[in-house]
Amino acid sequence: MDDRVISVKDLCKDFGTFRAVDRITFDVHRGEIFGFLGANGAGKTTAMRMLCGLSYPTAGSGTVAGFDVMTQGEAIKRHIGYMSQRFSLYEDLTVWENIRLYAGIYGMTRRQILRRTAELLDRLHFRDEIHTRVGRLPLGWKQKLAFSVATIHCPEVVFLDEPTGGVDPVTRRQIWELIYEAAAGGTTIFVTTHYMDEAEYCSRVSIMVDGQIRALGSPGELKTKFAVQTMDEVFRMLAREAKRGE
Amino acid sequence: MIAHTHPYPAIEVKALSKSYGEVRALDGISFEVGRGELFGLIGPDGAGKTTLFRLLTTLIAPDQGSASVDGLDILADYRRIRQRVGYMPGRFSLYPDLTVEENLAFFAALFDVKVRDNYDLIAPIYRQIEPFRTRRTDKLSGGMKQKLALCCALIHRPSVLFLDEPTTGVDAVSRNEFWDILFNLKAKGISILISTPYMDEANCCDRVALINEGKILEINTPQAIVEGFGETLYALSGEDMFGLLEAARRDKEVRRCYPFGETHHLLTSPGFDPRRFAEALTATGFCGVSVRPVEAGIEDVFIKRMGNG
Repeated sequence: MDDRVISVKDLCKDFGTFRAVDRITFDVHRGEIFGFLGANGAGKTTAMRMLCGLSYPTAGSGTVAGFDVMTQGEAIKRHIGYMSQRFSLYEDLTVWENIRLYAGIYGMTRRQILRRTAELLDRLHFRDEIHTRVGRLPLGWKQKLAFSVATIHCPEVVFLDEPTGGVDPVTRRQIWELIYEAAAGGTTIFVTTHYMDEAEYCSRVSIMVDGQIRALGSPGELKTKFAVQTMDEVFRMLAREAKRGE
Repeated sequence: MIAHTHPYPAIEVKALSKSYGEVRALDGISFEVGRGELFGLIGPDGAGKTTLFRLLTTLIAPDQGSASVDGLDILADYRRIRQRVGYMPGRFSLYPDLTVEENLAFFAALFDVKVRDNYDLIAPIYRQIEPFRTRRTDKLSGGMKQKLALCCALIHRPSVLFLDEPTTGVDAVSRNEFWDILFNLKAKGISILISTPYMDEANCCDRVALINEGKILEINTPQAIVEGFGETLYALSGEDMFGLLEAARRDKEVRRCYPFGETHHLLTSPGFDPRRFAEALTATGFCGVSVRPVEAGIEDVFIKRMGNG
């Protein structure tokens, strides 16, 4: 059985004469936590937008959640989860209103919504906050809620864009435990981060430099390959080679 | 490190509080930044860092307490403070439809100086963005915007520089470059208060305040903070890291266990025996288990102080 949830080959994105993403090729398997790393300006955001069905590649081929990245952007959007670093929830809606809104957008039935909401609130110990406006929650709570909302429809793959940016070190770890749990339950995780210790929590990571994937493997494999002790050193060695300005 | 030729510290904060409605953004904090010191405020979003910057740059007034910058009171002398400080807010706030050089000239005009007056100060930074000097500011990359914002904050040669999360969302290599710039400014005698959510950046500062939920958890040199950890910290590793995390938390002698890069860190009770612990894990089927003492870092201290662990 093919367990590839993301499979792309030679994906490119050009803006005029500028090649933002330059022939990237990789697979992500079911239940994997795939860390997508790169320096600012390396092309991560552009690549991620193509994988989420938000923009079409200039060249290449591939599928995300079984749909063609070249032609089926709308279908991809409906079958993935996405969490951006900021603004992913409506601050002036309550916890329950946010859940209902997103679940409704993903086409869930009322019965499904109620069942998933109960699960979600129990897991986060959020029962007492269901009618609290999201704007009044501490940032860490918001991020945990945002992650749960992004996976409320049980997507095959969820894209997390710097899910832990700016949060405190305790909450950062709680978010990673939610990620672990989701992955153990079969959800595939595609995640970007600037915290190199978090790269260690990934099953595999790729590192982009100047639009290309320059390294791909498990943290252990990459540390052995570059003969260093930490992912931070791996990242620095590669990012220093960048020729492209930001 | 701290020159004593000046009669006033660069910044003096006494029991400062500020609330927004029911939210107590700053809760009676006090600290001092010496002349020429590079002082870091380390804490997550919502800790009160931005509120503190807005108070010290005289953009808002406190509910209680007092503070001075360069010996000037933030309420009584706010106009004079504004002439003397440089402020780089967390949110990019230059004019997007002006070019790089127009923004620089505009800020120079605001402070009644010429760009060339203090060019020596900004030259090492400005040279990196000079090739784009006729480009509109909204067409710059994040890193270039950040460098331009820093130039604009320095154009009048401030005595105290306020930098609110200048490295947030910036990759590890660019963060290093930014800190190199700050070391140069410090060498030129500018006192700097900088905030960051990145715990590893604490080591770049002369002294840091760990701040969370409007309160200061601790103030000291990064080295003294780490030395004050006060107990042996253990690192646990092996195959099946997630399983190990759960197993460690079930152990009676483990007070706390949290992921830390390629290992888990353990806070333990006095009766903890690392060898017995490793053997017990191996006996329940874990492979490659290693438990060894490690040095605590700033992040460990922060986690411990946050959780009263």
